[in-house]
Amino acid sequence: MESVLSPAASSTAPRRRKRFQSWKWAPYIFISPFVIIFAIFGAFPLIFSATLSFAQWDPAAGFGAIKWIQLDNYKFVLTDRWFWKSLGNTVYIALASGLPQHLVAIPFAAFLSTLLRGRNIVLGAYFLPFITSSVAISLIFSSLFSKDFGAINAILMSLHDHLPLIGQLLPDHKVDWLQNTEMVKPTVSFVVFWRYVGWNTVLYLAAMQTIPEDLYEAATLDGASITRQFWHITLPMIRPMMFFAVSLTLINNLQLFEEPFILLGDNGGTGQAAMTTAMYMYRTAFYFSDFGTACAISWVMFVIIAVLSYGNNRLFKLAGGED
Amino acid sequence: MNKVVRLAVASALCAAALPSWAAVTLTVASFPDLDRDVKTAIPLYKKLHPDVEIKLVSRERVDHVNALTTQLASSSGLPDVMGLEIGFVGRFIASGGLEDLSKAPYNAGQLQSQITGYSWAQAKGANGDVYALPVDIGPGTMFYRKDLLDKAGVTEADLTKSWETYIAAGKKIKAATGAYLVASPVDLKDIYIRSNLKNGEGIYFDKSGKPIIAGNPRFENAFKYAKEAQDAGIAGNIKQWSNEWAAGFQHDQIATQAMGAWLNGHLAHWLAPDQGGKWRSCNLPAGAFASWGGSFYAIPAKSTHKAEAYEFVKFLAANREQQIAAFKTLDAFPSLKAAQDDPSMSEPLPYLGGQKAREMWRDAAKHVPEIPINKNDGVAEDIINDQLDQVVHQGKDIKAALADAQADVERRARR
Repeated sequence: MESVLSPAASSTAPRRRKRFQSWKWAPYIFISPFVIIFAIFGAFPLIFSATLSFAQWDPAAGFGAIKWIQLDNYKFVLTDRWFWKSLGNTVYIALASGLPQHLVAIPFAAFLSTLLRGRNIVLGAYFLPFITSSVAISLIFSSLFSKDFGAINAILMSLHDHLPLIGQLLPDHKVDWLQNTEMVKPTVSFVVFWRYVGWNTVLYLAAMQTIPEDLYEAATLDGASITRQFWHITLPMIRPMMFFAVSLTLINNLQLFEEPFILLGDNGGTGQAAMTTAMYMYRTAFYFSDFGTACAISWVMFVIIAVLSYGNNRLFKLAGGED
Repeated sequence: MNKVVRLAVASALCAAALPSWAAVTLTVASFPDLDRDVKTAIPLYKKLHPDVEIKLVSRERVDHVNALTTQLASSSGLPDVMGLEIGFVGRFIASGGLEDLSKAPYNAGQLQSQITGYSWAQAKGANGDVYALPVDIGPGTMFYRKDLLDKAGVTEADLTKSWETYIAAGKKIKAATGAYLVASPVDLKDIYIRSNLKNGEGIYFDKSGKPIIAGNPRFENAFKYAKEAQDAGIAGNIKQWSNEWAAGFQHDQIATQAMGAWLNGHLAHWLAPDQGGKWRSCNLPAGAFASWGGSFYAIPAKSTHKAEAYEFVKFLAANREQQIAAFKTLDAFPSLKAAQDDPSMSEPLPYLGGQKAREMWRDAAKHVPEIPINKNDGVAEDIINDQLDQVVHQGKDIKAALADAQADVERRARR
């Protein structure tokens, strides 16, 4: 370096220096599109929202109206009844839709991995909801779940009337899936479950296909049953994928927005029964014009998700015994 | 050949020069259905001001509000004229981003006597200055199914006489026809809290911006009647503007619906088009008068063509021809008093079985008190609906619910 910069170096130095410079800068220029775009659309909003969470701001009043209020937004959020209610709703829906997703996806993937024919067709059918627009899905479900004119109630009613024995267990009146405070959360959870179970199946199936076949062969020779093989070979071997899939479910479900938003409207339905924290944040910002509080909600949510993800990480490590 | 080229160049130059003669292009931001009145206005306005081009930018309601919010926040991409509706006009006025129209050169105050009083009051800021001009109003009225009432032996007088007779009528209707009196307890509460207001008294806040919910008989009774209706099974659980709501109308499940007079257009066009002739309209129970909705146009303080923009807004609000044209296309009741004398006001409405309901709505509009709007009305409505749900579905005590609502509204409004 020093010899290049020093004037006492050989006569070729200036030319070499120039070439050296362009080599030095070229990589930065090549990666600059990403950096610039990330700075504008990634880093700036992040920093701006973190800053705003310490301010009171009605955006329609312009940038001049930003007023610094230190931790007031956080104090407000942490003592806000609706925030805790929305968090309760979010956790309820996250668990009620998240747990079944994995409990169904793992055995289902195990079953699919034994299929030789038609596996991809079945898998594709289950994966389809994941790549379909959530708005379209929610609109279809809102008509399926319609109380008086929905297909689901129509089927339940006719089963109740015509199916012997089991029919009597079904409700004898039309269920108000989307308006009754008690039914709303299970209904939303079901839609979310239905949407993501295929995605998890794909993840688990991919993991199962990497398990060496000879493990199963050895187990079969030792006389292990299919169930035992599932518990003692398949499950431990897909543990890393379980960690990944559960982490994704955790993060996505805690940020749940679109499905309840379209199914129930921007206030989360009757008695805000399905107002998730993400919806509450949106409503605080765009309906109550309180961007500062909305930013504080999003950062509180960030902390909660980070802590839970860490907990999830520890849990999987403990369950594995080491790592 | 040469001549042709020269001619072509000359005419191209002329064409390029033309737009600079047409001095101003006004950008108007609006949303459906309100944008239709701008579409109606463009040809009419062109006749008076051939030098002004109107460019309409129309977005869905929610996108419209979000776009305006962002534009005001960043002071960029702002339209010259913005369409506002009762649900968010208060917020935008309070933000300070709108031009004060009461001062010179606009002197909007001159128009006050020509425009329906209560809608004028809604366009004022907390300081009493005018920030928007009303273009339509929504006098509240009660739509009811005459065929269902007849079947149950209930008369129109039973609906309007008092709240008790209204609810008693609901029980008869339910027994005879199976139809709900109101789509939901929220609807019943919404009529009651809007009625019997005095001039200058807000729905949720008093003049000084203090919430007036706890211990207020207006809210106590509203909650009481809502609960009574729910317990009697005469209130459904149907949310306004949901699929269920439209289906409820189509399948004879909702016997009455209180709403702005403009609901007539919605019922006739898409909510229940097949039920023409079965509906009627009457005044609200117990001599109440209320307003539902209303639209305004305003000018952002950062607009670059304020003078021309004001001319256009004034045209929308105070030109009789335009107000009547908008009324005919949009069913939006004119806010300009002079337009309310139009002969079309006395036309029988086929959807309402030939009833001359517009005359009744016009009279109702004269009785609606001046209700100032508060930028926190939306928050307060959410909080009240939350508490009502707890009262109606979980048996929470009404007084306790209202005290909680008051505390919640105070806590949020202080921010």
